[in-house]
Amino acid sequence: MLQIAQLSAAARGGVGVLRAVSLSVAAGEVHGLVGTSGAGKSMIGRAVLGILPDAVRITAGRIRFDGRDLLGLSPSARRQAGRDLALIPQDPLSALNPSRRIAAQMTDVLRHRLGLSAAAAQARALEMLHEVRIREPDNVLRRYPHELSGGMRQRVLIATAFACRPKLIVADEPTTALDVTVQKQILRLIRDLQRSHATAVLFVTHDLGVVAKICGSVSVLRGGEIVEQAPVADIINHPAHAYTRALFAATPRYDRPPP
Amino acid sequence: MAEAGRRLLRNWRVVLGGALVLAVLLAALLAPVLAPYDPLDQDLSAQLAPPDWHFGADAHALGTDSLGRDVLSRLIWGSRIAVTVAVVAGVLTALLGTALGLLAGFFGGRADALISRLVDIWSSFPPVLLAIILVALLGTGLRSVIVAIVVIDWTRFCRVVRAETLKQRRMDYIDAAVAAGLGPRAILWREVLPNILPLALVLLTLEAGIAVVVEAILSFVGLSISSDAPSWGGMIAEGRGVVHEAPWLLSCAMLVLLATVLGFNLLGDGLKAELDPVLR
Repeated sequence: MLQIAQLSAAARGGVGVLRAVSLSVAAGEVHGLVGTSGAGKSMIGRAVLGILPDAVRITAGRIRFDGRDLLGLSPSARRQAGRDLALIPQDPLSALNPSRRIAAQMTDVLRHRLGLSAAAAQARALEMLHEVRIREPDNVLRRYPHELSGGMRQRVLIATAFACRPKLIVADEPTTALDVTVQKQILRLIRDLQRSHATAVLFVTHDLGVVAKICGSVSVLRGGEIVEQAPVADIINHPAHAYTRALFAATPRYDRPPP
Repeated sequence: MAEAGRRLLRNWRVVLGGALVLAVLLAALLAPVLAPYDPLDQDLSAQLAPPDWHFGADAHALGTDSLGRDVLSRLIWGSRIAVTVAVVAGVLTALLGTALGLLAGFFGGRADALISRLVDIWSSFPPVLLAIILVALLGTGLRSVIVAIVVIDWTRFCRVVRAETLKQRRMDYIDAAVAAGLGPRAILWREVLPNILPLALVLLTLEAGIAVVVEAILSFVGLSISSDAPSWGGMIAEGRGVVHEAPWLLSCAMLVLLATVLGFNLLGDGLKAELDPVLR
Protein backbone atom coordinates (compact mmCIF):
# COMPACT_ATOMS: atom_id res chain seq x y z
CA MET A 1 0.00 0.00 0.00
CA LEU A 2 2.59 2.54 1.14
CA GLN A 3 6.30 2.13 0.50
CA ILE A 4 8.78 4.78 1.55
CA ALA A 5 12.28 4.18 0.17
CA GLN A 6 15.43 5.98 1.28
CA LEU A 7 13.51 9.19 1.98
CA SER A 8 15.68 12.11 3.02
CA ALA A 9 14.57 15.64 3.76
CA ALA A 10 16.40 18.77 4.82
CA ALA A 11 15.36 22.08 6.29
CA ARG A 12 16.53 25.34 4.78
CA GLY A 13 20.22 25.68 5.48
CA GLY A 14 20.86 21.96 4.96
CA VAL A 15 19.88 20.68 8.39
CA GLY A 16 18.86 17.04 7.95
CA VAL A 17 15.30 16.31 9.03
CA LEU A 18 15.00 12.77 7.67
CA ARG A 19 17.90 10.48 6.73
CA ALA A 20 17.29 7.59 4.34
CA VAL A 21 14.03 6.49 5.92
CA SER A 22 12.50 3.30 4.51
CA LEU A 23 9.30 1.67 5.67
CA SER A 24 6.24 0.02 4.25
CA VAL A 25 2.65 -0.28 5.40
CA ALA A 26 0.41 -3.03 4.07
CA ALA A 27 -3.31 -2.54 3.38
CA GLY A 28 -5.26 -2.59 6.63
CA GLU A 29 -2.10 -2.52 8.76
CA VAL A 30 -1.30 -0.10 11.58
CA HIS A 31 2.32 0.99 11.54
CA GLY A 32 3.65 3.00 14.48
CA LEU A 33 6.27 5.75 14.22
CA VAL A 34 7.85 6.26 17.64
CA GLY A 35 10.51 8.64 18.84
CA THR A 36 11.10 11.70 20.98
CA SER A 37 10.21 15.22 19.85
CA GLY A 38 12.21 16.27 16.83
CA ALA A 39 12.98 12.71 15.76
CA GLY A 40 11.20 13.35 12.45
CA LYS A 41 8.20 11.10 13.01
CA SER A 42 5.63 13.77 12.13
CA MET A 43 7.69 14.80 9.10
CA ILE A 44 7.26 11.34 7.58
CA GLY A 45 3.48 11.63 7.90
CA ARG A 46 3.53 15.13 6.47
CA ALA A 47 5.71 14.06 3.56
CA VAL A 48 3.20 11.33 2.70
CA LEU A 49 0.32 13.84 2.83
CA GLY A 50 2.26 16.46 0.89
CA ILE A 51 2.02 19.09 3.63
CA LEU A 52 5.64 19.50 4.68
CA PRO A 53 6.43 22.96 6.10
CA ASP A 54 7.67 25.46 3.50
CA ALA A 55 11.16 25.36 4.95
CA VAL A 56 11.55 21.58 4.54
CA ARG A 57 12.45 20.01 1.19
CA ILE A 58 12.71 16.36 0.21
CA THR A 59 16.25 15.77 -1.03
CA ALA A 60 16.18 12.10 -1.98
CA GLY A 61 14.06 8.97 -1.96
CA ARG A 62 10.62 7.91 -3.10
CA ILE A 63 7.14 7.55 -1.66
CA ARG A 64 5.00 4.98 -3.47
CA PHE A 65 1.35 4.87 -2.55
CA ASP A 66 -1.18 2.57 -4.16
CA GLY A 67 1.11 2.03 -7.14
CA ARG A 68 1.88 5.71 -7.78
CA ASP A 69 5.04 7.66 -7.07
CA LEU A 70 3.66 10.54 -4.99
CA LEU A 71 6.74 12.74 -5.30
CA GLY A 72 6.79 12.63 -9.11
CA LEU A 73 3.18 13.72 -9.65
CA SER A 74 1.99 17.09 -10.94
CA PRO A 75 0.14 19.20 -8.33
CA SER A 76 -3.29 18.28 -9.72
CA ALA A 77 -2.44 14.58 -9.98
CA ARG A 78 -1.04 14.80 -6.46
CA ARG A 79 -4.35 16.23 -5.25
CA GLN A 80 -6.13 13.37 -7.02
CA ALA A 81 -3.93 10.79 -5.29
CA GLY A 82 -4.57 12.60 -2.00
CA ARG A 83 -8.20 11.51 -2.13
CA ASP A 84 -7.17 8.12 -0.81
CA LEU A 85 -5.29 9.71 2.10
CA ALA A 86 -6.58 11.38 5.23
CA LEU A 87 -5.18 13.02 8.34
CA ILE A 88 -6.16 12.78 11.97
CA PRO A 89 -4.26 15.73 13.45
CA GLN A 90 -2.69 16.27 16.81
CA ASP A 91 -4.51 19.38 17.95
CA PRO A 92 -8.25 18.99 17.36
CA LEU A 93 -8.88 22.69 18.01
CA SER A 94 -6.59 24.22 15.43
CA ALA A 95 -7.53 21.53 12.92
CA LEU A 96 -11.08 22.86 12.71
CA ASN A 97 -11.84 26.21 11.14
CA PRO A 98 -13.15 28.39 14.01
CA SER A 99 -15.52 30.44 11.88
CA ARG A 100 -17.40 27.61 10.18
CA ARG A 101 -19.95 25.17 11.53
CA ILE A 102 -19.05 21.48 11.79
CA ALA A 103 -21.59 20.56 9.10
CA ALA A 104 -20.02 22.91 6.54
CA GLN A 105 -16.52 21.66 7.27
CA MET A 106 -17.45 17.98 7.05
CA THR A 107 -19.64 18.24 3.97
CA ASP A 108 -17.09 20.36 2.09
CA VAL A 109 -14.55 17.56 2.26
CA LEU A 110 -17.15 14.89 1.46
CA ARG A 111 -18.53 16.73 -1.54
CA HIS A 112 -15.07 17.40 -2.85
CA ARG A 113 -13.66 13.93 -2.33
CA LEU A 114 -16.63 11.69 -2.97
CA GLY A 115 -18.51 13.99 -5.35
CA LEU A 116 -21.65 13.82 -3.20
CA SER A 117 -24.60 16.20 -3.42
CA ALA A 118 -25.16 18.55 -0.50
CA ALA A 119 -27.93 16.38 0.94
CA ALA A 120 -25.98 13.14 0.51
CA ALA A 121 -22.90 14.68 2.12
CA GLN A 122 -25.00 15.83 5.07
CA ALA A 123 -26.44 12.33 5.45
CA ARG A 124 -22.98 10.76 5.24
CA ALA A 125 -21.63 13.19 7.85
CA LEU A 126 -24.47 12.32 10.19
CA GLU A 127 -23.93 8.60 9.64
CA MET A 128 -20.21 8.94 10.43
CA LEU A 129 -20.90 10.97 13.57
CA HIS A 130 -23.15 8.11 14.70
CA GLU A 131 -20.33 5.70 13.96
CA VAL A 132 -17.85 7.63 16.14
CA ARG A 133 -20.43 7.38 18.94
CA ILE A 134 -20.89 11.10 19.41
CA ARG A 135 -23.94 12.15 21.39
CA GLU A 136 -26.65 14.15 19.59
CA PRO A 137 -24.97 14.16 16.18
CA ASP A 138 -27.56 16.48 14.56
CA ASN A 139 -26.87 19.02 17.26
CA VAL A 140 -23.09 18.71 16.84
CA LEU A 141 -23.37 19.39 13.10
CA ARG A 142 -24.85 22.81 13.86
CA ARG A 143 -22.14 23.78 16.35
CA TYR A 144 -18.97 25.82 15.94
CA PRO A 145 -15.71 24.06 16.92
CA HIS A 146 -15.20 26.10 20.09
CA GLU A 147 -18.58 24.92 21.39
CA LEU A 148 -17.37 21.30 21.50
CA SER A 149 -15.07 19.57 23.99
CA GLY A 150 -11.63 18.34 22.93
CA GLY A 151 -12.77 14.74 22.79
CA MET A 152 -15.80 15.65 20.66
CA ARG A 153 -13.64 17.67 18.26
CA GLN A 154 -11.30 14.73 17.86
CA ARG A 155 -14.29 12.47 17.20
CA VAL A 156 -15.48 14.89 14.52
CA LEU A 157 -12.04 14.82 12.89
CA ILE A 158 -11.91 11.03 13.05
CA ALA A 159 -15.38 10.87 11.52
CA THR A 160 -14.28 13.22 8.72
CA ALA A 161 -11.13 11.21 8.06
CA PHE A 162 -12.97 7.87 7.82
CA ALA A 163 -15.99 9.33 6.00
CA CYS A 164 -13.98 9.71 2.79
CA ARG A 165 -13.13 5.98 2.76
CA PRO A 166 -9.38 6.56 2.46
CA LYS A 167 -6.94 3.69 1.99
CA LEU A 168 -4.41 5.19 4.37
CA ILE A 169 -4.84 7.51 7.34
CA VAL A 170 -1.97 9.40 8.92
CA ALA A 171 -2.75 9.79 12.61
CA ASP A 172 -0.37 12.45 13.95
CA GLU A 173 -0.33 12.02 17.74
CA PRO A 174 -4.13 11.96 17.78
CA THR A 175 -4.37 11.47 21.55
CA THR A 176 -1.61 13.75 22.80
CA ALA A 177 -3.81 16.83 23.31
CA LEU A 178 -6.50 14.90 25.20
CA ASP A 179 -6.76 13.87 28.82
CA VAL A 180 -6.10 10.28 29.78
CA THR A 181 -9.64 8.91 30.00
CA VAL A 182 -10.58 10.46 26.66
CA GLN A 183 -7.32 9.17 25.16
CA LYS A 184 -8.36 5.63 25.85
CA GLN A 185 -11.77 6.05 24.21
CA ILE A 186 -10.32 7.78 21.15
CA LEU A 187 -7.67 5.10 20.75
CA ARG A 188 -10.27 2.34 20.92
CA LEU A 189 -12.41 4.26 18.43
CA ILE A 190 -9.58 4.57 15.92
CA ARG A 191 -8.74 0.89 16.29
CA ASP A 192 -12.37 -0.21 15.84
CA LEU A 193 -12.94 1.98 12.79
CA GLN A 194 -9.61 0.98 11.30
CA ARG A 195 -10.58 -2.69 11.61
CA SER A 196 -14.13 -2.35 10.34
CA HIS A 197 -13.09 -0.16 7.38
CA ALA A 198 -9.85 -2.12 6.76
CA THR A 199 -7.90 1.15 6.58
CA ALA A 200 -4.12 1.27 6.81
CA VAL A 201 -2.87 3.72 9.45
CA LEU A 202 0.47 5.41 9.89
CA PHE A 203 0.32 6.11 13.61
CA VAL A 204 2.71 8.81 14.87
CA THR A 205 3.19 8.83 18.64
CA HIS A 206 5.76 9.17 21.39
CA ASP A 207 3.78 6.91 23.70
CA LEU A 208 4.93 3.29 23.71
CA GLY A 209 1.84 2.27 25.63
CA VAL A 210 -0.29 3.49 22.73
CA VAL A 211 1.93 1.61 20.30
CA ALA A 212 1.41 -1.64 22.18
CA LYS A 213 -2.37 -1.21 22.06
CA ILE A 214 -2.92 -0.35 18.43
CA CYS A 215 0.08 -1.00 16.16
CA GLY A 216 1.03 -4.13 14.25
CA SER A 217 4.57 -3.04 13.47
CA VAL A 218 6.75 -0.18 14.62
CA SER A 219 9.58 2.02 13.38
CA VAL A 220 11.67 3.66 16.10
CA LEU A 221 13.18 6.99 15.01
CA ARG A 222 16.05 9.00 16.38
CA GLY A 223 17.43 12.14 14.78
CA GLY A 224 15.61 11.49 11.51
CA GLU A 225 16.88 7.92 11.19
CA ILE A 226 15.11 4.63 11.76
CA VAL A 227 17.09 2.75 14.39
CA GLU A 228 14.81 -0.24 14.70
CA GLN A 229 11.88 -1.68 12.79
CA ALA A 230 9.96 -4.76 13.87
CA PRO A 231 6.55 -6.26 14.67
CA VAL A 232 5.19 -4.73 17.85
CA ALA A 233 5.47 -7.91 19.97
CA ASP A 234 9.17 -8.24 19.15
CA ILE A 235 9.88 -4.61 20.00
CA ILE A 236 8.18 -4.87 23.35
CA ASN A 237 9.63 -8.23 24.34
CA HIS A 238 13.13 -7.98 22.86
CA PRO A 239 14.05 -4.41 21.98
CA ALA A 240 17.21 -4.85 19.92
CA HIS A 241 18.54 -1.32 19.85
CA ALA A 242 19.89 0.48 22.90
CA TYR A 243 17.79 3.55 22.05
CA THR A 244 14.56 1.53 22.02
CA ARG A 245 15.47 0.12 25.43
CA ALA A 246 16.13 3.65 26.65
CA LEU A 247 12.69 4.72 25.39
CA PHE A 248 11.06 1.89 27.31
CA ALA A 249 13.04 2.75 30.41
CA ALA A 250 11.80 6.34 30.12
CA THR A 251 8.14 5.30 30.07
CA PRO A 252 6.61 6.05 33.47
CA ARG A 253 5.53 2.93 35.33
CA TYR A 254 2.94 3.21 38.04
CA ASP A 255 3.71 -0.17 39.63
CA ARG A 256 7.12 0.79 40.92
CA PRO A 257 8.82 3.96 42.14
CA PRO A 258 10.91 5.99 39.70
CA PRO A 259 14.60 4.99 39.66
CA MET B 1 -29.38 35.00 13.43
CA ALA B 2 -31.89 36.67 15.71
CA GLU B 3 -29.79 35.59 18.65
CA ALA B 4 -26.69 37.15 17.08
CA GLY B 5 -28.65 40.38 16.62
CA ARG B 6 -29.71 40.47 20.26
CA ARG B 7 -26.14 39.90 21.38
CA LEU B 8 -24.95 42.79 19.22
CA LEU B 9 -27.57 45.05 20.78
CA ARG B 10 -26.26 44.27 24.26
CA ASN B 11 -22.92 45.88 23.40
CA TRP B 12 -23.12 49.60 24.16
CA ARG B 13 -20.42 50.47 21.63
CA VAL B 14 -22.36 48.83 18.85
CA VAL B 15 -25.58 50.54 19.96
CA LEU B 16 -24.15 54.05 20.40
CA GLY B 17 -21.88 53.86 17.35
CA GLY B 18 -24.63 52.33 15.26
CA ALA B 19 -27.08 55.04 16.35
CA LEU B 20 -24.67 57.84 15.41
CA VAL B 21 -23.90 56.26 12.04
CA LEU B 22 -27.59 55.60 11.43
CA ALA B 23 -28.43 59.23 12.25
CA VAL B 24 -25.91 60.49 9.68
CA LEU B 25 -27.18 57.98 7.11
CA LEU B 26 -30.77 59.11 7.66
CA ALA B 27 -29.77 62.77 7.46
CA ALA B 28 -28.09 62.08 4.13
CA LEU B 29 -31.02 60.10 2.74
CA LEU B 30 -33.73 62.49 3.93
CA ALA B 31 -31.84 65.76 3.43
CA PRO B 32 -34.51 67.35 1.18
CA VAL B 33 -37.19 66.60 3.79
CA LEU B 34 -35.22 67.40 6.94
CA ALA B 35 -33.44 70.56 5.91
CA PRO B 36 -35.56 73.65 6.70
CA TYR B 37 -33.87 75.77 4.01
CA ASP B 38 -32.16 75.29 0.66
CA PRO B 39 -28.48 74.95 1.63
CA LEU B 40 -27.48 77.36 -1.15
CA ASP B 41 -30.11 80.03 -0.41
CA GLN B 42 -28.43 83.23 0.63
CA ASP B 43 -30.17 85.73 2.88
CA LEU B 44 -27.92 88.78 2.90
CA SER B 45 -30.17 90.49 5.44
CA ALA B 46 -29.38 87.79 7.99
CA GLN B 47 -25.61 87.34 7.76
CA LEU B 48 -23.94 85.53 10.67
CA ALA B 49 -27.23 85.35 12.54
CA PRO B 50 -26.75 83.58 15.89
CA PRO B 51 -28.62 80.34 16.63
CA ASP B 52 -32.17 81.01 17.74
CA TRP B 53 -34.79 78.50 18.75
CA HIS B 54 -38.08 80.30 18.20
CA PHE B 55 -40.55 78.74 15.84
CA GLY B 56 -41.29 80.53 12.64
CA ALA B 57 -40.50 80.80 8.96
CA ASP B 58 -37.34 82.85 9.51
CA ALA B 59 -35.84 80.79 12.36
CA HIS B 60 -32.28 79.56 11.99
CA ALA B 61 -31.85 76.91 14.68
CA LEU B 62 -28.06 76.85 14.33
CA GLY B 63 -27.62 80.33 12.94
CA THR B 64 -26.35 81.40 9.51
CA ASP B 65 -22.98 81.82 7.85
CA SER B 66 -21.40 84.92 6.33
CA LEU B 67 -23.64 84.71 3.26
CA GLY B 68 -26.78 84.20 5.37
CA ARG B 69 -27.10 80.50 4.52
CA ASP B 70 -28.80 78.29 7.13
CA VAL B 71 -26.13 76.29 9.03
CA LEU B 72 -28.44 73.42 10.00
CA SER B 73 -29.49 72.88 6.40
CA ARG B 74 -25.90 72.96 5.21
CA LEU B 75 -24.88 70.43 7.88
CA ILE B 76 -27.70 68.10 6.82
CA TRP B 77 -26.85 68.38 3.13
CA GLY B 78 -23.15 68.08 3.94
CA SER B 79 -23.78 64.64 5.42
CA ARG B 80 -24.51 63.41 1.87
CA ILE B 81 -20.91 64.04 0.89
CA ALA B 82 -19.60 62.54 4.11
CA VAL B 83 -21.71 59.40 3.69
CA THR B 84 -20.83 59.01 0.00
CA VAL B 85 -17.14 59.26 0.76
CA ALA B 86 -17.37 56.97 3.80
CA VAL B 87 -19.23 54.23 1.92
CA VAL B 88 -17.66 54.38 -1.54
CA ALA B 89 -14.07 55.10 -0.48
CA GLY B 90 -14.35 52.71 2.47
CA VAL B 91 -15.64 49.79 0.40
CA LEU B 92 -13.23 50.32 -2.49
CA THR B 93 -10.29 50.62 -0.11
CA ALA B 94 -11.39 47.47 1.69
CA LEU B 95 -11.73 45.49 -1.55
CA LEU B 96 -8.35 46.53 -2.94
CA GLY B 97 -6.42 46.18 0.31
CA THR B 98 -8.04 42.88 1.31
CA ALA B 99 -7.49 41.31 -2.11
CA LEU B 100 -3.81 42.26 -2.19
CA GLY B 101 -3.32 41.27 1.47
CA LEU B 102 -4.86 37.85 0.84
CA LEU B 103 -2.68 37.27 -2.21
CA ALA B 104 0.49 38.32 -0.41
CA GLY B 105 -0.25 36.34 2.73
CA PHE B 106 -1.56 33.19 1.07
CA PHE B 107 0.80 32.70 -1.83
CA GLY B 108 3.90 34.23 -0.25
CA GLY B 109 7.08 34.18 -2.30
CA ARG B 110 7.41 36.71 -5.07
CA ALA B 111 3.85 38.03 -4.86
CA ASP B 112 4.34 38.72 -1.16
CA ALA B 113 7.73 40.36 -1.71
CA LEU B 114 6.32 42.66 -4.39
CA ILE B 115 3.18 43.66 -2.50
CA SER B 116 4.95 44.09 0.83
CA ARG B 117 7.66 46.34 -0.62
CA LEU B 118 4.93 48.39 -2.31
CA VAL B 119 3.20 48.79 1.05
CA ASP B 120 6.48 49.84 2.68
CA ILE B 121 7.15 52.48 0.03
CA TRP B 122 3.54 53.70 0.16
CA SER B 123 3.54 54.06 3.92
CA SER B 124 6.68 56.17 3.90
CA PHE B 125 4.79 59.07 2.27
CA PRO B 126 3.00 61.48 4.60
CA PRO B 127 -0.63 60.60 3.81
CA VAL B 128 -2.22 64.05 3.88
CA LEU B 129 0.50 65.50 1.68
CA LEU B 130 0.11 62.59 -0.73
CA ALA B 131 -3.64 63.17 -0.82
CA ILE B 132 -3.19 66.85 -1.60
CA ILE B 133 -0.71 66.08 -4.38
CA LEU B 134 -3.01 63.40 -5.82
CA VAL B 135 -6.06 65.63 -5.85
CA ALA B 136 -4.03 68.47 -7.30
CA LEU B 137 -2.99 66.13 -10.12
CA LEU B 138 -6.43 64.57 -10.66
CA GLY B 139 -8.31 67.84 -10.36
CA THR B 140 -10.70 68.74 -7.58
CA GLY B 141 -14.02 67.03 -7.09
CA LEU B 142 -15.59 64.23 -5.12
CA ARG B 143 -14.34 61.50 -7.45
CA SER B 144 -10.72 62.62 -7.07
CA VAL B 145 -11.12 62.67 -3.29
CA ILE B 146 -12.38 59.08 -3.33
CA VAL B 147 -9.60 57.94 -5.67
CA ALA B 148 -7.03 59.64 -3.44
CA ILE B 149 -8.37 57.91 -0.31
CA VAL B 150 -8.37 54.49 -1.98
CA VAL B 151 -4.89 54.92 -3.43
CA ILE B 152 -3.47 56.00 -0.09
CA ASP B 153 -5.32 53.86 2.42
CA TRP B 154 -5.34 50.38 0.82
CA THR B 155 -2.07 49.68 2.64
CA ARG B 156 -3.90 49.81 5.96
CA PHE B 157 -6.05 46.83 4.94
CA CYS B 158 -3.28 45.09 3.07
CA ARG B 159 -0.97 44.94 6.08
CA VAL B 160 -3.49 43.68 8.56
CA VAL B 161 -5.11 41.18 6.19
CA ARG B 162 -1.71 39.86 5.09
CA ALA B 163 -0.65 39.27 8.69
CA GLU B 164 -3.91 37.52 9.51
CA THR B 165 -3.70 35.39 6.35
CA LEU B 166 -0.17 34.33 7.26
CA LYS B 167 -1.46 33.27 10.66
CA GLN B 168 -4.37 31.38 9.13
CA ARG B 169 -2.14 29.61 6.63
CA ARG B 170 -0.16 28.01 9.45
CA MET B 171 -3.27 26.55 11.06
CA ASP B 172 -3.78 22.81 10.93
CA TYR B 173 -7.10 23.08 9.14
CA ILE B 174 -5.34 24.55 6.12
CA ASP B 175 -2.96 21.58 6.15
CA ALA B 176 -5.95 19.28 6.51
CA ALA B 177 -7.62 20.95 3.51
CA VAL B 178 -4.43 20.63 1.44
CA ALA B 179 -4.13 16.98 2.45
CA ALA B 180 -7.78 16.51 1.51
CA GLY B 181 -6.88 17.63 -2.00
CA LEU B 182 -8.65 21.00 -2.07
CA GLY B 183 -7.14 23.43 -4.56
CA PRO B 184 -5.68 26.79 -3.54
CA ARG B 185 -8.73 28.71 -4.73
CA ALA B 186 -11.15 26.60 -2.69
CA ILE B 187 -8.92 26.93 0.38
CA LEU B 188 -8.66 30.69 -0.02
CA TRP B 189 -12.43 31.12 -0.38
CA ARG B 190 -13.75 28.59 2.10
CA GLU B 191 -11.08 28.29 4.76
CA VAL B 192 -9.18 31.60 4.85
CA LEU B 193 -11.71 34.23 3.79
CA PRO B 194 -14.37 33.44 6.43
CA ASN B 195 -11.72 34.02 9.09
CA ILE B 196 -10.64 37.30 7.52
CA LEU B 197 -14.11 38.78 6.99
CA PRO B 198 -14.85 39.94 10.56
CA LEU B 199 -11.50 41.70 10.64
CA ALA B 200 -12.12 43.32 7.25
CA LEU B 201 -15.54 44.50 8.41
CA VAL B 202 -14.07 46.12 11.51
CA LEU B 203 -11.36 47.79 9.45
CA LEU B 204 -14.03 48.98 7.03
CA THR B 205 -15.92 50.88 9.71
CA LEU B 206 -12.69 52.45 10.94
CA GLU B 207 -11.75 53.31 7.36
CA ALA B 208 -15.16 54.94 6.83
CA GLY B 209 -14.39 57.27 9.74
CA ILE B 210 -10.96 58.05 8.33
CA ALA B 211 -12.42 58.74 4.89
CA VAL B 212 -14.82 61.30 6.39
CA VAL B 213 -11.90 63.09 8.06
CA VAL B 214 -9.77 63.04 4.92
CA GLU B 215 -12.61 64.49 2.87
CA ALA B 216 -13.04 67.21 5.49
CA ILE B 217 -9.30 67.95 5.36
CA LEU B 218 -9.36 68.22 1.59
CA SER B 219 -12.48 70.42 1.74
CA PHE B 220 -10.73 72.55 4.36
CA VAL B 221 -7.86 73.24 1.97
CA GLY B 222 -10.36 73.74 -0.85
CA LEU B 223 -9.47 70.62 -2.83
CA SER B 224 -12.75 68.75 -2.58
CA ILE B 225 -16.03 69.84 -4.14
CA SER B 226 -16.70 73.50 -4.96
CA SER B 227 -16.79 75.80 -1.96
CA ASP B 228 -20.44 76.66 -2.61
CA ALA B 229 -21.73 73.17 -2.14
CA PRO B 230 -22.22 72.24 1.51
CA SER B 231 -19.48 70.08 3.00
CA TRP B 232 -18.38 69.85 6.62
CA GLY B 233 -14.72 70.53 5.84
CA GLY B 234 -15.67 73.59 3.83
CA MET B 235 -17.84 74.87 6.67
CA ILE B 236 -14.98 74.41 9.13
CA ALA B 237 -12.70 76.36 6.81
CA GLU B 238 -15.25 79.14 6.50
CA GLY B 239 -16.03 79.14 10.22
CA ARG B 240 -12.34 79.46 11.08
CA GLY B 241 -12.26 82.92 9.47
CA VAL B 242 -15.19 84.25 11.47
CA VAL B 243 -14.65 82.27 14.67
CA HIS B 244 -14.75 85.44 16.85
CA GLU B 245 -17.97 86.79 15.37
CA ALA B 246 -19.78 83.47 14.78
CA PRO B 247 -18.30 80.61 16.84
CA TRP B 248 -21.38 78.44 16.16
CA LEU B 249 -20.33 77.97 12.55
CA LEU B 250 -17.02 76.29 13.39
CA SER B 251 -18.25 74.42 16.44
CA CYS B 252 -21.38 72.96 14.85
CA ALA B 253 -19.47 71.59 11.86
CA MET B 254 -16.73 70.21 14.07
CA LEU B 255 -19.17 68.57 16.46
CA VAL B 256 -20.99 66.85 13.61
CA LEU B 257 -17.71 65.61 12.14
CA LEU B 258 -16.57 64.42 15.56
CA ALA B 259 -19.83 62.59 16.25
CA THR B 260 -19.73 60.85 12.87
CA VAL B 261 -16.15 59.62 13.20
CA LEU B 262 -16.76 58.63 16.81
CA GLY B 263 -19.81 56.68 15.66
CA PHE B 264 -17.82 54.73 13.06
CA ASN B 265 -15.00 54.01 15.50
CA LEU B 266 -17.32 52.85 18.30
CA LEU B 267 -19.17 50.63 15.85
CA GLY B 268 -15.89 49.13 14.67
CA ASP B 269 -14.67 48.53 18.22
CA GLY B 270 -17.94 46.95 19.25
CA LEU B 271 -18.12 44.72 16.17
CA LYS B 272 -14.56 43.58 16.72
CA ALA B 273 -15.47 42.22 20.13
CA GLU B 274 -18.70 40.64 18.95
CA LEU B 275 -17.73 39.12 15.60
CA ASP B 276 -14.87 36.92 16.70
CA PRO B 277 -16.45 33.46 16.95
CA VAL B 278 -13.96 32.35 19.59
CA LEU B 279 -13.98 35.46 21.80
CA ARG B 280 -17.72 35.90 22.05
